[in-house]
Amino acid sequence: MSKHEHTRCKDLLGSLSDYVDGALSESLCQEIEAHVAECSNCRIVVDTLRKTVTLYHTTAGETAEVPAQVRERLFRTLNLEDYLKH
Amino acid sequence: MNVLEQQLSIEALQRGDRAEFARMVDVFSGPLYRLALKMLGSPQDAEDVLQNTFIKALQNLKTFEGRSSLSTWLYRIAVNEALMLLRKQKPEVSLTDTLPEDSEDTDYSPVEFTDWCCLPEEEFLTTESRQALDASMRRLPETLRVVFLLRDIEGLSIQETSEALGLTETAVKTRLLRARLRLRELLSVYYGERLPERKG
Ligand SMILES: [Zn+2]
Repeated sequence: MSKHEHTRCKDLLGSLSDYVDGALSESLCQEIEAHVAECSNCRIVVDTLRKTVTLYHTTAGETAEVPAQVRERLFRTLNLEDYLKH
Repeated sequence: MNVLEQQLSIEALQRGDRAEFARMVDVFSGPLYRLALKMLGSPQDAEDVLQNTFIKALQNLKTFEGRSSLSTWLYRIAVNEALMLLRKQKPEVSLTDTLPEDSEDTDYSPVEFTDWCCLPEEEFLTTESRQALDASMRRLPETLRVVFLLRDIEGLSIQETSEALGLTETAVKTRLLRARLRLRELLSVYYGERLPERKG
């Protein structure tokens, strides 16, 4: 039991991104929820897909720092040396 | 980024106000550097893209019409700079390459069905885990990676992502889904190995 063959499962696949983003209509959400209630493979795909997206979201905000030297070179390139201090 | 972005005066920027331009550089250089770094994987290349992005921005601010937000506009410049660099390094890369829309659908069908959501939260916070997230993202083809980066790392909406990339919203959604599914497969293998042994 390795391959996911049900056509129902395949149909749902296309909506999963919108589903984890909360961007699906209520009726489509209900369809997905009804299906995953009885299809454990799809339940795992939905849960782990959501977890995948969440993991990237939470680690994303942690790294938006420009190294000081990069910033300094950038300011010099743009002739903004006068504004380096703040 | 949005709150700070709102405090910038487009009018002052277009008038050539240097202090305002310096403020703009500080507001956006963090996210733009991160984007370039994750697209290219090299700090030196990311720095080049960062510099070129603001040089182009400075040259073209006068033509900025505000149809998209300033950040989307800058992301668009940065993505183009990064893709240009990638194309120099790997001539086969093209963002507008049509994806084999139907024929390769099966490639995106899930094959890993390990439920690793139940791993203890600490598992996800280790340095190794973060490196695995980055390494997985680097394995995506550029056409998918750039969409994933803008949407899921930079937090742009589907519409903003489509504006920044010059793609239709449908194309953005298709690529985003494929990127996420591909990453889910890779992470399933990585985290699946960290599950305690059980069953047979
Ligand atoms: Zn199913």
